[in-house]
Amino acid sequence: MLYREAGQFKASYQADQAIFPVAQDRLVMLALLVIAFLVVPFVTSEYVYRAVLIPTVILSLAAIGLNVLMGYCGQVSLGSGAFMGVGAYAAYNLAVRLPFLNPFVCILLSGFVAAAVGIVFGIPSLRIKGFYLACATLAAQFFGDWAFLRIKWVTNYTPSGSVNAPPLQLFGWDLSSPTANYLVALGITLALALAVKNIVRGHIGRQWMAIRDMDIAAEIIGVRPLYAKLSAFAVSSFLIGVAGAMWAFLYLGSWEPAAFDINRSFSLMFMVIIGGLGSILGSALGAIFIVLLPIFLNQALPPLGAAVGWQISTATVSHFESMIFGALIVFFLVVEPHGLARLWSIGKEKLRLWPFPH
Amino acid sequence: MGFFLEVLIGGLLAGVLYSLVALGFVLIFKASGVFNFAQGAMVLTAGLALVRALDVFEQWHWPFGLALLSAFAFAAVIMAIIAWMVERLVLRKLVNQEDIILFMATIGITFFLEGLAQTLFGADVYPLNVGLPKDPIFLLESLFDGGILVNELDIWAAVAAGLLVAGLALFFQRTRIGRALRAVADDHAAAQSVGIPLNQIWFIVWLVAGLVALVAGAVWGSKLGVQFSLSLLALKALPVLILGGFTSVPGAIIGGLIIGAGEKLAEVFLGPSMGGGIEIWFAYVVALLFLLFRPQGLFGERIIERV
Repeated sequence: MLYREAGQFKASYQADQAIFPVAQDRLVMLALLVIAFLVVPFVTSEYVYRAVLIPTVILSLAAIGLNVLMGYCGQVSLGSGAFMGVGAYAAYNLAVRLPFLNPFVCILLSGFVAAAVGIVFGIPSLRIKGFYLACATLAAQFFGDWAFLRIKWVTNYTPSGSVNAPPLQLFGWDLSSPTANYLVALGITLALALAVKNIVRGHIGRQWMAIRDMDIAAEIIGVRPLYAKLSAFAVSSFLIGVAGAMWAFLYLGSWEPAAFDINRSFSLMFMVIIGGLGSILGSALGAIFIVLLPIFLNQALPPLGAAVGWQISTATVSHFESMIFGALIVFFLVVEPHGLARLWSIGKEKLRLWPFPH
Repeated sequence: MGFFLEVLIGGLLAGVLYSLVALGFVLIFKASGVFNFAQGAMVLTAGLALVRALDVFEQWHWPFGLALLSAFAFAAVIMAIIAWMVERLVLRKLVNQEDIILFMATIGITFFLEGLAQTLFGADVYPLNVGLPKDPIFLLESLFDGGILVNELDIWAAVAAGLLVAGLALFFQRTRIGRALRAVADDHAAAQSVGIPLNQIWFIVWLVAGLVALVAGAVWGSKLGVQFSLSLLALKALPVLILGGFTSVPGAIIGGLIIGAGEKLAEVFLGPSMGGGIEIWFAYVVALLFLLFRPQGLFGERIIERV
């Protein structure tokens, strides 16, 4: 009843090409933005910022980055954790070695460093496909793990290997409070998400999708695989690198190489798959799901166990978490292999026909 | 020279152990096209089931041989249940989905099995003794000063791997089920149309992979103790796989030997100048370099693409 597009005529090409062609979608989006920027900062506690909001926002950006590569260009990558690490350590080194640079400039520049590294590790994709490529990208992951730990220059010769982010400030404002961190992360993520949305609708995005659907056919109709694949690796690594730098500067504060290990790669991949391959909205939904699920399980399991008279130890809770997490992943894949984004569009389609489905 | 040979042989023997894990991957990939990331978790589950059952049977004062056999049987039953559930609850529901979805599902299975195994059987490090000798022995003492130090356990592991491969080869070539498995690996639709039940075949394949995981769990468990890190063996087996090819059993063995020898030699001779710990990524880089020249691995089926 409410979600009906009857009477909304598109009178110009511009209107036809809009990101949200339906007025109700625009309204909902606007409302969400207003809530995210103007309401949330006044009602949220520090715990919610630290545990939920900031990780969700930053990991959404990383998931969007991975989705560019996996969902749009069809190149499976298991090295995204390392690219987040490249972004984080690049930002750290820029901040330490060029102290006159503002931390935000460092975060942005670190994206370009990650993009360069991404291009290097993307070169094998020109020869290798599918799961062979997925395993090959693990080389990036393990090389990254090793480099962050063993090459002392990367950590500026700190004895413990753990490094600290510089204090955040912009034009004299102190931005180190959780609220400021959240707003900054949200701003950067939204700006980049909008940029990506437009890139994937443009000619580069179409080339990526042509490569994804069948690379030989794409090559025959004139898409250059070298250019298309490497640009996908570059854009993807840029986004993941920026996300990694934000993860380090805005969320962790001080971190060790283990923050960017293979589990990070897997969790990003889960976000993309559960959210929906080839969907920007899906990446964000996936990030929300993957961030919230462990928190929920962690909070819900001990009381549930107590309710049936069983004292659960912390170790058992973590094993149960792992079990339920795995089972839910499989469950979601079985119920909707195309992810939450598909569920969302099915829901909208149902609303459109409601109350008289045919 | 003696030291070089010692490192080389140590690496080759370690490589055989990687092959044991890689074998499970190959079997499942060949027969169902599923890239089974859960193989490492299956090794962990099988190892834990084996060691815990053995503990219990020994507490009951059963003779060692009987206790060992029963423990193996118990672990095999556990692997059979897992195979059945995977086929029933996951694969059957995800028929005809894209490969990447199935791959993700196996990562889900990995998390599930890791949690389940540690909840059921405990999460400590359990030393496992299946009666294999563990003494270091010296070879070729007449040729080199001090001889070459080799762990006897590694040699027995290599023997076990050899027997396993021979057994699998016989099973695939000579038995009725083996022929059906090869038919399914060749072409699902064609196999189904001549009356081979796909579901049953998938169950059998996962069962065989589970039994391979059991052998791998027993061998690795007696080497390192049964512990969570067995699950990470999957990551050690991946470069072996991409080097040898996803679809080739001999490829898994030879890939394992190359990777094992390569990474040990690199660690010992290159590692110190690079700050150490290069073992883990060196294997991947070697595999990657091979792939640049042969994108389907050394022995993988040639990838033919049509538009």
